[in-house]
Amino acid sequence: MAKKPQLAIDTRPWRDPSAKPFVRIRNVSKKFGDVSAVHEVSLDIYKSELFCLLGGSGSGKSTLLRMLAGFEQPTSGTIEIDGQDMTAVPPYQRPVNMMFQSYALFPHMNVEQNIAYGLKRDNMPRSEIGDRVAELLSLVKLQDYGKRKPNQLSGGQRQRVALARSLAKRPKLLLLDEPLGALDKKLREETQFELVKIQESLGVTFIVVTHDQEEAMTLATRIGVMNQGEIAMIGEPHDIYEFPNSRFVASFIGSANMVEGIVTEDEPDHVRIRSPELGCDIYVGHGVDCAPDQILWWAIRPEKMALSREKPETLNGANVTKGVVEDIGYLGDMSVYQLLLDSGKRIRVSQTNTARGNPDAITWEEQVYVTWGDSSGSVLTV
Amino acid sequence: MTLTGNQLPPPRRLRPWSGLERRLRDVGISGRTLVIAAPAIWLTVFFLVPLFVVFGISLATKQFGRPPYSPLLTTEGGTVQLTLHLSNYLKLFTDPLYVAAYLSSIRIALIATVITLFIGYPMAYAIARAPDKWRNILLMLVILPFWTSFLLRVYALSGFMRGNGVINQILAVFGIEPLVMMQTNFAVYVGIVYTYLPFMILPLYTTLVKLDTSLLEASADLGSRPWQTFLSVTLPLSLPGIIAGSMLVFIPAIGEFVIPSLLGGPETLMIGRVLWDEFFGATNWPRAAAVAVAMLVVVVIPILLLQKAQDAVVEKGK
Repeated sequence: MAKKPQLAIDTRPWRDPSAKPFVRIRNVSKKFGDVSAVHEVSLDIYKSELFCLLGGSGSGKSTLLRMLAGFEQPTSGTIEIDGQDMTAVPPYQRPVNMMFQSYALFPHMNVEQNIAYGLKRDNMPRSEIGDRVAELLSLVKLQDYGKRKPNQLSGGQRQRVALARSLAKRPKLLLLDEPLGALDKKLREETQFELVKIQESLGVTFIVVTHDQEEAMTLATRIGVMNQGEIAMIGEPHDIYEFPNSRFVASFIGSANMVEGIVTEDEPDHVRIRSPELGCDIYVGHGVDCAPDQILWWAIRPEKMALSREKPETLNGANVTKGVVEDIGYLGDMSVYQLLLDSGKRIRVSQTNTARGNPDAITWEEQVYVTWGDSSGSVLTV
Repeated sequence: MTLTGNQLPPPRRLRPWSGLERRLRDVGISGRTLVIAAPAIWLTVFFLVPLFVVFGISLATKQFGRPPYSPLLTTEGGTVQLTLHLSNYLKLFTDPLYVAAYLSSIRIALIATVITLFIGYPMAYAIARAPDKWRNILLMLVILPFWTSFLLRVYALSGFMRGNGVINQILAVFGIEPLVMMQTNFAVYVGIVYTYLPFMILPLYTTLVKLDTSLLEASADLGSRPWQTFLSVTLPLSLPGIIAGSMLVFIPAIGEFVIPSLLGGPETLMIGRVLWDEFFGATNWPRAAAVAVAMLVVVVIPILLLQKAQDAVVEKGK
């Protein structure tokens, strides 16, 4: 469901150093009293992107979004939208609209009046407003609900009214604060798809704030992971998942097994790390920016490892370790095995359930070997 | 444990009144009925019965003696006679004094309510938007005047507005001629606005404090300047508070007696004073009773209208 890149990979704007960003956030900080909510954030977002700001609560993602909308003033730094400095512009003069987490629908107005609210402020002729409202209602598939009050709608319908209202003025930039947060899982999955479709068909730049990494992965062209008011990593979803740049990102996105190790061989084409925690050596099949004897971390996703009863063939004795199955989580499509390694470390390995009702499946209390490829894990220095 | 759930003895509840309860239930009285009956009996004895007594007196005529009005029921030669005099009510319509007093009361109450609203709204808004730690202190300050006697506060106002009162003394320092404030309608407005302001602020505050600030942000986000947001979001959503506050000020202000008699002058014609004069001056209890009943009608009609408007607003907001 992720937004299909409309351009060839090498011309994605964020990969092109000469491309002009649509939103340019420069060294923005925000302090509430002594508390620093956002710290020195710099971020470029390009036209027609669907950019997700992902982070836990208190990571500063909502504050950053509110500064883009103009509800908060940055303590320092500048925000530029479409080449114009917006730092001191009040919210009602910004070419930006926001979809609120609580939807913030006006309870005393019906659906049509809610959607028309912003258009009336622009002194648009009455007939044109009617056309635009009808167009938006059909976009969000609520044609028959125009005369209803927000309290007569279900959560999903309210969410769509909020989306229609925020799109009514055809903003250059739409900010969405946890747009799917209040919907149940099933509805959320459907709506994610619709949101991407609407975004693609209108070509509006979306900035979505979410704490739900699955949502971010599904929606985004790029994700900015935030931690304690700072951007921890910016990248395309698969970069964030497969090539995390730090221990925080590796453990925040998906699940990861992380171990400490010491560099024993540092060659341009490979690195060898000794990890007593894992009970074996780790052989990494590419060069890493590190020094011999440096202590660093190595993270691997549960699905990147394989289990076997017999000791597998390995590269010079590395990348294999041994443990006992402590617990199995059966999820249907796959099973998650929790292993207690001989070294005392617990790791998780997931295996796809390819055979139906496999009687020969690895079970509790079994001794198994764990192995992985020489580029399956990420070497992390921070 | 050998006991299963079924064998456990039922929990013993201490209900010493259970015998009484059973006996009452036998005659068809439940606890719920009793709870509802208590205020109903109170209202009947202390509100409804006196109201009927007043209504009864209003249908009598003045006479000397004790009580100073004619009995409604007389027995003569074995026949019971019910005499109802409608003259008191007719007088209310025919004597221009009463009509003028009613109209003047309504006008004074209306103007005072509007002034109170205009002063109270910004105050309520400011309190509702104040930081949490300030809010309770500010509310306390609004309620604080209630801790002194109402009469005392009205007297204090006259101390301010007298010919040689505080205001005129300050004006004299700047060489300004003393203003005549006491015994005018102006003083009555000041008195009503000052004493009834908390009744306006409190209901306004409760609706404004519940107002979701994200609605205001959404309005700004969609291009509304602050004053446009106020007119199209804040004001309509605070309408229930405006109606409740206006009712709480307007209704008692119509029948207000103390303020016009202490601060008002000869030009201040209010029905509360007329009632007082009839009752204590002319000792015409039936006339006074008729004035009171008519006033009740005058007050009840705006209550019903406003109540209906409020219901409509609440209904709309849903």
